[in-house]
Amino acid sequence: MDTEILINFSYIVSCILFAFGLKMLGSPVTARKGNILSMVGMLLAVVVTLLSREIISFQWVALGVVIGVVAGLFTATRAKMTQMPETIALLHGFGGFGSMLVDWHAYHVHPTTSLIVTIPIFLSIFIGGVTFTGSCVAWGKLSERLPGKAIKFPGMHFVNIAVLGALLVLGFIFLSDPINNYPIFLVIVALSLIMGVLLVIPIGGADMPVVISVLNSYAGLVACTTGFVIHNTVLIVVGALVGANGIILSIIMCKAMNRSLANVLFGGFAPAVKSKAAGEKKEAKSMSVEDAYLVLEAAKSVVIVPGYGLAVAQAQHAVRELSELLEKNGAEVRFAIHPVAGRMPGHMNVLLAEANISYDQLYEMEAINPTMDTVDVAIVIGANDVVNPAARTDKSSPIYGMPIIDVDKAKTVFVLKRSMATGFAGVENDLFYNENTCMVFGDAKQTLQSLVAEFKASASHA
Amino acid sequence: MDFIYLLFILALSVFLGFVIISRVPPLLHTPLMSEANAISGITLIGSLIAAGSENSSPFTVILATAAVAFTTYNVVGGYFITEKMLKMFKKKGQ
Repeated sequence: MDTEILINFSYIVSCILFAFGLKMLGSPVTARKGNILSMVGMLLAVVVTLLSREIISFQWVALGVVIGVVAGLFTATRAKMTQMPETIALLHGFGGFGSMLVDWHAYHVHPTTSLIVTIPIFLSIFIGGVTFTGSCVAWGKLSERLPGKAIKFPGMHFVNIAVLGALLVLGFIFLSDPINNYPIFLVIVALSLIMGVLLVIPIGGADMPVVISVLNSYAGLVACTTGFVIHNTVLIVVGALVGANGIILSIIMCKAMNRSLANVLFGGFAPAVKSKAAGEKKEAKSMSVEDAYLVLEAAKSVVIVPGYGLAVAQAQHAVRELSELLEKNGAEVRFAIHPVAGRMPGHMNVLLAEANISYDQLYEMEAINPTMDTVDVAIVIGANDVVNPAARTDKSSPIYGMPIIDVDKAKTVFVLKRSMATGFAGVENDLFYNENTCMVFGDAKQTLQSLVAEFKASASHA
Repeated sequence: MDFIYLLFILALSVFLGFVIISRVPPLLHTPLMSEANAISGITLIGSLIAAGSENSSPFTVILATAAVAFTTYNVVGGYFITEKMLKMFKKKGQ
């Protein structure tokens, strides 16, 4: 009885540590301490659990822990900062799968007819299975092992609905007699795994921030339902915290794209309507690196807008070098980060932090837009839809209403881009044809490096 | 009654989660996500009990040991990746 009290008391402490850990992520100054508090909470929960009377042998526990620790450390030390989106997706998937196995074990060892237990088992298997394979597909897309484009086939929605319907029907059959329906349970496992693939396969690369957030929330939900299965309060508290986290991030991402969650997950963009009824032929101006340097050299205020293209070109270090030279030259340099820039929430911030760019130079869209008309030069690197002024002005545009970074209000705009190709939404970008916009064609990293070289050359002449 | 009591905890925790997490700035959304991911590996404690309790068949041993390995991987990988990212967030002069 005494150990039982000790265990439950420690669980309360763990929950408080987890909550504080998340709270301390509210500021970059306290964030690291928060992470450590959270680790302490986890360690405490694990250690007291091992004191539990139900645990009578340790060999399998030890084996599992050793494998997990070695693999976890291996992944964490090897993953580069540019690989964060896929690494986090993979961790989601494996965590969800682990939780699902806990429920499978519980059902296998103690089958019961109590709906209070069997409904959570069904939900855990369903959500856990979707989290596992869904995250694996997301991992494949993000790491480019699978094509990043949306993969669709005719009758896709029909297949999805059929699988979901089958899952619900089998769920009812399973719940009506859980003890004798082991084969049906196995079919539910298989269909849940298939469902995860079907749900993520049709979603394109630029919608990945939403997918990762939703999978994050699912991982929390599985922890929660598992808590109901094995009657464990910490699992329920933590599951709720993580579930809330995923939901909040999904909502933020959807708002930043002005789309509903259902549209992102099941719709995809409608084919772009031919806008610009007037049909006037406009031409984009292009500029050489040398001329761009002269403009930048005279600039007093510069805003850099990074997008996924920056991550692809791995140009974060080159951009830091350029920003340092601009500052030395007397300009104020700020970075404007759109909420959905990149492949996961906060992707650009991590990338720029890796290149040693001070976090007080990173500005949110709402903070930078009101000051945009005082900016001399805005440099757009590998971003497209998030700076398209059509979102503000053109009602026929598919991205109309999406909040954007108002780079077009800056005195001069440089767009670093390989070609005139459209962005993810497949929409023409009006920005490129503006009076004050100049395209600087070429690989973003090379362009930035040439600009840096120009600055250095002029410094050595002086 | 037990079930109601668990639901009660769930309701309050969801509320707590919304309050805490809506205060995290977009700057730290990626570390927030990997931190949340790491703690969602808390199902590790469920898998520890499963793997340590009396397992009658090899199949349940495999299920439970695999559960321990996957959830430990989630926890360890999640925390260390969060640490790796947070280490890089610096202010000028730090």
